Amino acid sequence: MAWFKRKTKGILTPTADKKEGPDGLWYKTPKGKIVHTKVLQENAYVSPEDGYHVRIGSKEYFELLFDDNEFTELLPQLTSVDPLQFVDSQPYTQRLQEAQEKTQLKDAIRVAHGHMNGLKLVIACMDFNFIGGSMGSVVGEKIARAIDHALENHTPLLIISKSGGARMMEAGFSLMQMAKTASKLLLLAEARVPYISLLTDPTTGGVSASFAMLGDFNIAEPGALIGFAGPRVIRETIGKDLPKGFQSAEFVLEHGFLDFIVDRRKLKQTLSQLLEMLQTH
Amino acid sequence: MHFSFGCLNDLPMHLEFEKPIAQLEERLASMKEKVAQKQASSLTKAIQKLEQEIQALRISTFQHLTRWQRVQLSRHIERPYTLDYLNYMTEEFIALHGDRAMGDDGAIVGGLGKVAGKTIMFIGHQKGRNTKERQARNFGMANPSGYRKALRLMKLAEKFDKPIVTFIDTPGAYPGLEAEEQGQAAAIAHNIQTMFSLRVPVICIIIGEGASGGALGIAVGDRVLMLENTWYSVISPESCSSILWKSWEYKEQAAEVLKLTAKDMLAQNLIDDIIPEPLGGAHRDPSGAADTVKDVILKQLEALGKFSSEQRINQRIDKFCKMGVVAGATNT
Repeated sequence: MAWFKRKTKGILTPTADKKEGPDGLWYKTPKGKIVHTKVLQENAYVSPEDGYHVRIGSKEYFELLFDDNEFTELLPQLTSVDPLQFVDSQPYTQRLQEAQEKTQLKDAIRVAHGHMNGLKLVIACMDFNFIGGSMGSVVGEKIARAIDHALENHTPLLIISKSGGARMMEAGFSLMQMAKTASKLLLLAEARVPYISLLTDPTTGGVSASFAMLGDFNIAEPGALIGFAGPRVIRETIGKDLPKGFQSAEFVLEHGFLDFIVDRRKLKQTLSQLLEMLQTH
Repeated sequence: MHFSFGCLNDLPMHLEFEKPIAQLEERLASMKEKVAQKQASSLTKAIQKLEQEIQALRISTFQHLTRWQRVQLSRHIERPYTLDYLNYMTEEFIALHGDRAMGDDGAIVGGLGKVAGKTIMFIGHQKGRNTKERQARNFGMANPSGYRKALRLMKLAEKFDKPIVTFIDTPGAYPGLEAEEQGQAAAIAHNIQTMFSLRVPVICIIIGEGASGGALGIAVGDRVLMLENTWYSVISPESCSSILWKSWEYKEQAAEVLKLTAKDMLAQNLIDDIIPEPLGGAHRDPSGAADTVKDVILKQLEALGKFSSEQRINQRIDKFCKMGVVAGATNT
């Protein structure tokens, strides 16, 4: 059994000859299921193994919802400035620049109009990758413009929320975006243009306490974290561990703040069905 | 109705930066005592001089407060709270309770009051002064029930065509288990939106702390005003420090970068005006502070009365929609 014995110890292959599997081919869900990224892509980024909804951004949602991925983006060049010259461990301007380089996005939301199964629709979709999907002046302004567009064209609005809340680096300005977006939605409501709010993982803080909870229909993806305060803050406040499933979409549905939970694989179909019903007399 | 601070002795508690003033005041007090006991009638002149000195020091100290020092003043335990203002300012007051769904939140109070013969709906956060009161008021941190009570009172005011005045003084909406179960986010969101639709004049005054959504939940109005020594921002300096610096130690720096004082907020066009406080802070002369607030309310209500409901609502919406700073809006 000499072949069984290692004659020389250690790894002798030079680093240059090291063979590695390509990165990002496999995705591991929180439950530990391994899924090939191609399978995920074909499955609306939902793990077929355990139904886990992978966090995705505006690019993927637009692809999933707009017919033939055709849409017109509104204000694509809108960017944050640094009105307060905010500096913490690093300057806000630097954070913005790094986020823009990392994500290839201008800010934490994209807004577009197009068709979904032939029905006109405006979508505002947040990107969590951009500074935690935080809401500053840009997010507020883009949502306001999306609502203006929906009003002018009497087109239903879908806002897909995915955010930790307000953006601290814009302090008072970011707080007031809650008021700004809520006021615009009031005008939309008065004009009786449907507004569907889709809450995805996570939706908390200033976003949940403004536009995300103001839909004619509040819907959510399975398992999404939805709440006002974040779980860590609540745990510290009450000094106890939180019950299992606390602040999950299912919990929020049970407490009466959501209309329904929708599997992303059925999202387009469900939204179309809902909007179609509203348009039929 | 009687007003009572229900705490401490005659001397107000001093903050760290007020210590030099406090020391002089102590000296003054002992001099006055000697004079009273006729031990030293010759001290009259010295007393006068010391009084002037104290006044000068107080003026210079309060002219150069840091942002963190303003935050400390906004939380001063003797600072007048909503019910104190109402006690000073109203000729009559009837407290109204309950959200008509599940309870009565002690952290938000409200009711109909008469000021200069006018009936006004008052709503405000309420903090407590001793342990028991603080518990009952939950430190001014409202639950969804509190926001729903506030909304009910606002709709009631609208129905009977009474103007609304809100007093904001909260370290934040309560981040608790039940608060989440009962829909804290939804309650605040609905308040914010509904306040835009109110047909009666709405004046919102930050009288202490204005922390985030918990403040904004009763702070959408035709006029949003801040008392001189208050703060209003998206997060408290402590929480900001803990999130951005991963430590509670940077609260003073956080206060600086958040630019959260009345002066800052006015410069950012996020509030309409600042209400001056008596020298040394509202707690130094609560009745004087209440007089000023009352005058401002009456003046503002008169100005707002000149507009129709539609005009007020449109101006209210326009004002908030202009808030925010962005770049690249032109090249769509």
